[in-house]
Amino acid sequence: MKMDSVTYRNLTSSTSGLRRGGAPALAVAAIAALILVAGCERPPMEQKQNGFRGTGMDTNINPRLDAAKTANNEIPVALPAASPDGPTAASVYQNVQVLKDLSVGQFTRVMLAMNQWVAPPEQSCNYCHGANMASDERYTKVVARRMLQMTRYLNSEWKDHVGKTGVTCYTCHRGHVVPQNVWFESPTQGAGKGLSAGDPNLYSPHASVGDSSLPYDPDTEYLLGDRQIRVIGKNALPDGANSSLQHTEVTYALMMQFSQSLGVNCTYCHNSRSFAVWDQSTPKRTTAWYGIRMVRAINNDYLVPLTGTFPSHRLGVLGDVAKVSCATCHQGLFKPLYGVSMVKDYPELQGEVAHEAPATEAAPAAAPAPKTTALIPTRAVAEPIKIAQR
Amino acid sequence: MAEYQNIFTRVQVRAPAYLGTPLPRGTWVRQGTPFFNHLFGRFGDAQIGPFYLGTTGLLSLLCGFVAFEIIGLNMLASVNWNVVQFIRLLPWLALEPPAPSNGLHFPRLQDGGWWLMAGFFLTSSILLWWLRMYRRARALGMGTHVAWAFAAAIWLYLVLGIIRPVLMGSFGEAVPFGIFPHLDWVAAFSLRYGNLFYNPFHCLSIAFLYGSALLFAMHGGTILAVSRYGGEREIEQILDRGTASERAALFWRWTMGFNATMESIHRWAWWFAVLCPLTGGIGILLTGTVVDNWYLWAVKHHVAPIYPHVFPPVIDPATLPGAPK
Repeated sequence: MKMDSVTYRNLTSSTSGLRRGGAPALAVAAIAALILVAGCERPPMEQKQNGFRGTGMDTNINPRLDAAKTANNEIPVALPAASPDGPTAASVYQNVQVLKDLSVGQFTRVMLAMNQWVAPPEQSCNYCHGANMASDERYTKVVARRMLQMTRYLNSEWKDHVGKTGVTCYTCHRGHVVPQNVWFESPTQGAGKGLSAGDPNLYSPHASVGDSSLPYDPDTEYLLGDRQIRVIGKNALPDGANSSLQHTEVTYALMMQFSQSLGVNCTYCHNSRSFAVWDQSTPKRTTAWYGIRMVRAINNDYLVPLTGTFPSHRLGVLGDVAKVSCATCHQGLFKPLYGVSMVKDYPELQGEVAHEAPATEAAPAAAPAPKTTALIPTRAVAEPIKIAQR
Repeated sequence: MAEYQNIFTRVQVRAPAYLGTPLPRGTWVRQGTPFFNHLFGRFGDAQIGPFYLGTTGLLSLLCGFVAFEIIGLNMLASVNWNVVQFIRLLPWLALEPPAPSNGLHFPRLQDGGWWLMAGFFLTSSILLWWLRMYRRARALGMGTHVAWAFAAAIWLYLVLGIIRPVLMGSFGEAVPFGIFPHLDWVAAFSLRYGNLFYNPFHCLSIAFLYGSALLFAMHGGTILAVSRYGGEREIEQILDRGTASERAALFWRWTMGFNATMESIHRWAWWFAVLCPLTGGIGILLTGTVVDNWYLWAVKHHVAPIYPHVFPPVIDPATLPGAPK
């Protein structure tokens, strides 16, 4: 073969191109690469295998994100236990409808704890109570009473979800009068002015579904309503019970919300091979199943009936009450507060079963029960403690 | 002296612009005076033009433009005509098909009618472009292989967009227009039908997809490797096998015991590429119409392996007596 003015050479020495015109191209490529990875978390990640090898049953953990979570989940110190002796709260105070059988000391301690967990420091007792402590004039007191009933209901009736860990006001409130992760029904978005009708599939990203373009409000259907979440075919062949793909997307959105709320991936509950079958799921899926029902019960039996009690500025734009989802308690953790039980220090909140046999720990001698009806607290100093383990 | 590099090269061979073979009567004329572009020459032929638009090309572009406008304006409307938000949220925006309750009726425009319109014009555009490819190949006296390869892709598109939705009785089964929305749809599709990885036609499609990439790399690598012997003159080598062909063939016979020929490798590549959407389309077509859960189907037919249980058996709580709803 004849080689004329063009020299055929091997592939090696092509660096001259880089020297001449390559630098800007390289810079552009580097910037493009940076943009592409801008949304990524930096490695290394930790992986925990939680299923049979090779089936992708892994939990991905970013230790750097976990460090931030630990700081956000410190537990306030428990108040010193109060003596169960002495007259009951109901016999000393007026208009006591819950926690009636507690001693005045125990009752006061719960009030102080609520102060610590929920009420703003500058208002403390006055956030719920007026000059007449017994009066229901402030809506916050009515709500607080109902929330106490709810807490006891959850700890006694929903052990399938909350287990022995239980919940307290702090599980959701974390020092805020309104828990930070609540949701309202969304007004229909995407007013198209004659083009597309309002469609929850349009117009995302929405943090409620992990910034995906999935339907952004799975809560109204699934956590307030009881629409069937299961969309996957129950048999190998079609059986006439057809869930549409658009229904599937709403379920998918709910599951993304779960994932965000708990800081876990799909395989925390599901088997990677089949999301539907139960006999290969992890036991966590059962806990989650009860959790969904628990959230529905909270929303429908406790929160929605309080709609009229709240002033309008506490309601959503559609006039609906603030409602809970997984994130309200979990706040990014697979177990709220890393599974540290606060309720063990507050057996009064454990509901009827626990109430019959108050598991008071060895009470320090210096826990005198205040005998006054004016509960002006000396506000126990709530130094958060570091969580040693999770 | 110019230096030819067979991976990245700065050499551009220039000849006077080639105007092409004479066109048969009754067709459009080619438009534009050809010119040369150095940048294009770095990737392919430096000659740009002349163009042949033709009736089908013109109609295809028009239909494509209409579809593009319907989709784009609907997305713009969904952010209340806010151009900044349109650009910012573009990957999330969608033009969704009608709701499942609509079935196969033509809904109001704002309830998915626009989606049907966009689909109609996009499909028309694609089919007209296919016709144009077919007719241009014929006009040049070529075979129509490219058109039929394109048709394989169109098959998958039609299965997703119209054939399967019609068989399922609802336009709502079809894919939304939108960047992230159509990806979410794909994930939802696999979830709904019990994991598409257990769909054997999905397996075949993946095999042909990855196989195409492998073949492409093998063929491209082989030809570049023997270009120093004139191996890139493939057509010439098919007719008159030279040392480039011999060496390439010997290389593969030595490394894997078997070789394609200068000609047959292109048949391999064409079939692998074409079978990828063909089998994929069959897999989509069967999903929901005759198979409702691919995982359970694979268990039934002993395709899915059985793994040992790692957890204590978990029971569906909904089946327990007295379970909450």
